[in-house]
Amino acid sequence: MAADSEEDFVSFGTPLEPLEEDEPLKKPVPLHEQTVKDEKGRYQRFHGAFTGGFSAGYFNTVGSKEGWTPSTFVSSRQQKAEKHHARPEDFMDEEDFGEHGIAPREITTSQEFSSSRRDPAAEKARAVGAQAALIPGDSLLEELIAPARSSVGVELLTRMGWKEGQGIGPRLKRKPRRQLPVTAGVCKTYSCALPPAGSEESEEDDEEFAPEDVTFAPKDVTPVDFSPRLGVQGLGYRGLDPCLALPGQDADRHVHLFRPQSETRSRLFGDRPGGSKRGGVAGQVGFNPPQALTGGHLAGVHLTFDPQAFGVGALEDEDEDVYHRDSMSRYDTVLKDEEPGDGLYGWTAPQQYTRRADRSRDAAYLGKILDGFTLAQKPLEQKTVFPPPNLPRDYRPVHFFRPPVNVSRLCGVSPALAEALRSSRGHMVKEEAQQGGRHQLDSGQRGALLGEDALQGSGSEPGSVMDLLRPEDRQRLLNLRTATAQRPSQAPPPGPAPPLSGLQQEALAAWRGSSSSSSSSSQSFKPFENTPGKQVRYERYLSRLQQGDAGALEQSLDPAMTEWERGREREEFLRASILYRPSSSSLSTRFTRAQQPDAEDAGRDQQGDSQQAASGTFGKLTRETLEWHPDRLLCKRFNVPDPYPGSALVGLPKVKRDKFSVFDFLTVSEHQEATAPPKPLEEKKSRWDVSKETGRTQNQAGSKPTGPAPDHCPSPPQGAPAEPHTAKEEEEEEEEERPSMDLFRAIFITSSEEQSSSSSEEDGDEDEEAKGDEEPVKLFGIASSPSSSRLAGPDLSSSVDFPSMPLALSSSSAQMPSREEEEEFGPKLPPPSAADATGGATASYQRSNRRSKEKKQKKKQQKHRKEKKKKKHRKHKAKQQKKSREEESSSSEDGEGVQPSTGDLLKRLKSIRTLNTW
Amino acid sequence: MTMRSCPSFSCSLHVLPVDGSYLLSCGSDKSLKLWSVGRGTLLKTYSGHGYEVLDADGSYDNSQLCSCSSDKTVILWDVATGQVTRKLRGHAGKVNCVQFNEEATVILSGSIDGTVRCWDTKSRRNEPIQVLDESRDSISSLKSLPFLAFRSVDGRVRRYDLRMGQLHVDLINSPITCVCFSQDGQCTLSSSLDSKVRLLDKSTGEMLGEYTGHKMKGYKLDCCLSSKDTHVLSCSEDGHVYCWDLVEGSLSLKLPVGKAVVQSLSFHPTETCLLTAMEGRVQVWGAQPEEAQVDTPVSQNG
Repeated sequence: MAADSEEDFVSFGTPLEPLEEDEPLKKPVPLHEQTVKDEKGRYQRFHGAFTGGFSAGYFNTVGSKEGWTPSTFVSSRQQKAEKHHARPEDFMDEEDFGEHGIAPREITTSQEFSSSRRDPAAEKARAVGAQAALIPGDSLLEELIAPARSSVGVELLTRMGWKEGQGIGPRLKRKPRRQLPVTAGVCKTYSCALPPAGSEESEEDDEEFAPEDVTFAPKDVTPVDFSPRLGVQGLGYRGLDPCLALPGQDADRHVHLFRPQSETRSRLFGDRPGGSKRGGVAGQVGFNPPQALTGGHLAGVHLTFDPQAFGVGALEDEDEDVYHRDSMSRYDTVLKDEEPGDGLYGWTAPQQYTRRADRSRDAAYLGKILDGFTLAQKPLEQKTVFPPPNLPRDYRPVHFFRPPVNVSRLCGVSPALAEALRSSRGHMVKEEAQQGGRHQLDSGQRGALLGEDALQGSGSEPGSVMDLLRPEDRQRLLNLRTATAQRPSQAPPPGPAPPLSGLQQEALAAWRGSSSSSSSSSQSFKPFENTPGKQVRYERYLSRLQQGDAGALEQSLDPAMTEWERGREREEFLRASILYRPSSSSLSTRFTRAQQPDAEDAGRDQQGDSQQAASGTFGKLTRETLEWHPDRLLCKRFNVPDPYPGSALVGLPKVKRDKFSVFDFLTVSEHQEATAPPKPLEEKKSRWDVSKETGRTQNQAGSKPTGPAPDHCPSPPQGAPAEPHTAKEEEEEEEEERPSMDLFRAIFITSSEEQSSSSSEEDGDEDEEAKGDEEPVKLFGIASSPSSSRLAGPDLSSSVDFPSMPLALSSSSAQMPSREEEEEFGPKLPPPSAADATGGATASYQRSNRRSKEKKQKKKQQKHRKEKKKKKHRKHKAKQQKKSREEESSSSEDGEGVQPSTGDLLKRLKSIRTLNTW
Repeated sequence: MTMRSCPSFSCSLHVLPVDGSYLLSCGSDKSLKLWSVGRGTLLKTYSGHGYEVLDADGSYDNSQLCSCSSDKTVILWDVATGQVTRKLRGHAGKVNCVQFNEEATVILSGSIDGTVRCWDTKSRRNEPIQVLDESRDSISSLKSLPFLAFRSVDGRVRRYDLRMGQLHVDLINSPITCVCFSQDGQCTLSSSLDSKVRLLDKSTGEMLGEYTGHKMKGYKLDCCLSSKDTHVLSCSEDGHVYCWDLVEGSLSLKLPVGKAVVQSLSFHPTETCLLTAMEGRVQVWGAQPEEAQVDTPVSQNG
């Protein structure tokens, strides 16, 4: 049956084509191509939903081809005798006769050959009719008239020996189970009441006398009716039935809510059509159910008066049972195995647990057992509770977290990296922890661990295929191998050598050119200390890397090892070389060497301020003022005009971000070019010099070239060739790109920012005074005609600007990548730790980005000049301020909304303070 | 006036700004409590935080409350109904201090994660308007004035001048526990863990006064100015409230409150009336009208 039902599926319509992911989206079909055709391929036009849909009438008219005359009209003169009878089908078209039409014409199995499935609707109608008949509940008349006809299936079955009430299947050699009548079986599915006890008992007795050699028909299985409940009424509800109000034969019997008699009715009314009502109107023609069954059990129905809706009737003697109490104990609360014989397969309606064993145990239980409960078959297992373990007396509940990294091993690494490694849980710790892992050992070690004998051949070396070869073959192979291995080292690499992977290039870039000191320090750090041979190979690899050998990795591997082992080692070496790269290269991308001793710049923060703070003299030294851009919305909410209208920045535009996580050090920048690493270092250096130079005194600049280490000087092979190229391109871009608003503002607006930001700049002013005389001329020349500055080129403008600076420095600053936003000029710059904050990002900037930024930087220099000019003016103001400090509190600068009373207080206070300090 | 289970560290008091007749207290019972100052009765309890409530503030019209808690959230309350209007999440750690701006359009919250977040109360946006993350350590206190936001961190007072678009950083070489402004907004008062209260000039950062004598070593205790800026008051760990004359810098009053640590104090916005919190008790101290120097306990509700 199951296999049949799968094939029986009827599918309507055309299935959607399976979706393919790669398929491009189909173009939508334009409106004029969206056509509808009927079955014969004729186009149908759409006339609107209210005018008949597709192709209504004849060309969207109500008429026909002949005009207004209906096709049924026949001239009465010619055909007088024939009277045309219109049938409903005459007004239907083929769509109506179609599958989905109102009068489908399809081939159906005739009633005779249809299965024994009865039409529930018709059956119900007849049953209801029978209730209201003369002899209630009987359709005698109909049975007399209608021929008893059973379906083919039933006939076949009866010929095979089947009888009504029996199950289908081979006969069984077992004790006859009680064959409840069909009605009883059905009733059980509905009722919650006990079946009549007497019959049960008698049947049970009958079982005992069953003879041995008699076979029995299988039990008839009543299909359980899973009709859904439709109403909102409770279980077992039924409405008042007019039929029940009829005077019953035996009025003393209640119609029990859960009685079998009532069930028939509820089945009659509550039944849903189980089978599909296929065929519609046409399908219902000629219905004839098997009469024997229905007639049989309908006849047994007793109609009684239902007292429940009316209270106790006058004719009733007993009234204690009127208010029927239903209890939950009648219902199943547990899904469990049914008794095999009660005819309820999978049906969880209440049933009686009549197992004798249960009964006996229930009886043994002294207390009262609640309805619906039985005693547990097995006693509950006692849960054993184990006491907590006894703690040793000297136990201290302190958890030590990760083991500290052995820093002594990391002596080659810079202290910062060591610190980072110690506090992190990065690869390094993990690798060391896994040093003894299974996969870290090579085959020789594993063999030794397992106690295996060394393979024949050299005992110390890991056994390989080579050992099994004859000596002369081995020699030949080795010769071959060395020949191929040496070739890439002699010849230029691109030919036979595989292209270097990104990691390899990075490692190469990191290690190349590192001095002997760093190499020695790197060798003092041994990642593969446990396996000496591996460490030797690793060191060989490192030394080759330092020589700049591109094929270092391949050459340093042991050719005697298997391919898998070599691949493994290659990977490990690469990782290790990148992770433990010399500090000079890994950290130099982040740091620059300090030019002044720490006490000078950082100390301003730490020592100077804290001393001042400790001594109690607060003021300019402990005050640090930075430019801060609030969010525009924040200004709006605070009802304050935006101090920097039009700036997209939010927060501190030029502040050092010292919130570095350790992972900033450990992550290796991916996009670094192979030649890149020395470059950002040198650029950053010079960059700082520019800004610092302008701010600090000139004599410092004079002594400057001795300050930085020789490697900070710009490397000529990289810087010089790039110079004309960028200058040329700059000219091209100048025409296309409009400079940003910041530039214009910097040139034309005397912004409040510039005024306010330089409150503490007096110290630098003396030196700038001399410069200030010549600057205005240049400034105006450049500002009025920006093209002239373009022609002058970066070299010229910057060298004129800072005359004492070496030319190399200025050129490198001109070709330097961006960061101009963070650039800051003037002496009030925060300590230069900002360099490492932004330095990491510079290396990975795009080239195209760089060009535009270069241009911006040039313009900023102009702005800077202007700023200096202003400083000169401000200087005088500052001097005045010094003289009259007492008036400061009431001056216009901070005199916003001073209340008279508190103002007086403050004045008094300040006078006291100044007396104290001076 | 007893607040149950209020440990010594986390109890904070606020007088609601309108007429000073309401008092807001918060503590480790995960709730805010609204008291009537005059009668000493509990008016309402606002519960909804998951951990101890560390700070609270009321809006200018007493219609809204904001509070912050160790559960990393900032909650905006409706005063009348006691319902949570909004719950603002985003801090990475417990939120130490919270403050409305003048028009209650922005909530500023400072957290142990070193950020100050500016939340918009007007819109339904759940992200802060701006995050001020320049601090390197936990934000311990935060005050807002009409045009500037103020906060204090580990040894530094950062003043964000919204009008000028500037950030002023003042180094005070010791962890700062509390910051407040004078009434005219010209001076900042900051108490730090070196048992000193300092009065700094706002515009220049110079120190105008230093007040010592009390004991503040380990707890985050409050300090405040009196309603007319004549006196500086600070909690102390020795169970007293110290009161200095602002100008002279001399100790004018040492008010014995109890034996334990005075956790929080708040000065009445208009009257000379002081509120202190100690060990789950809120006490109201009033001054006799003729002489402002002597404070006498008027009502002590236990």
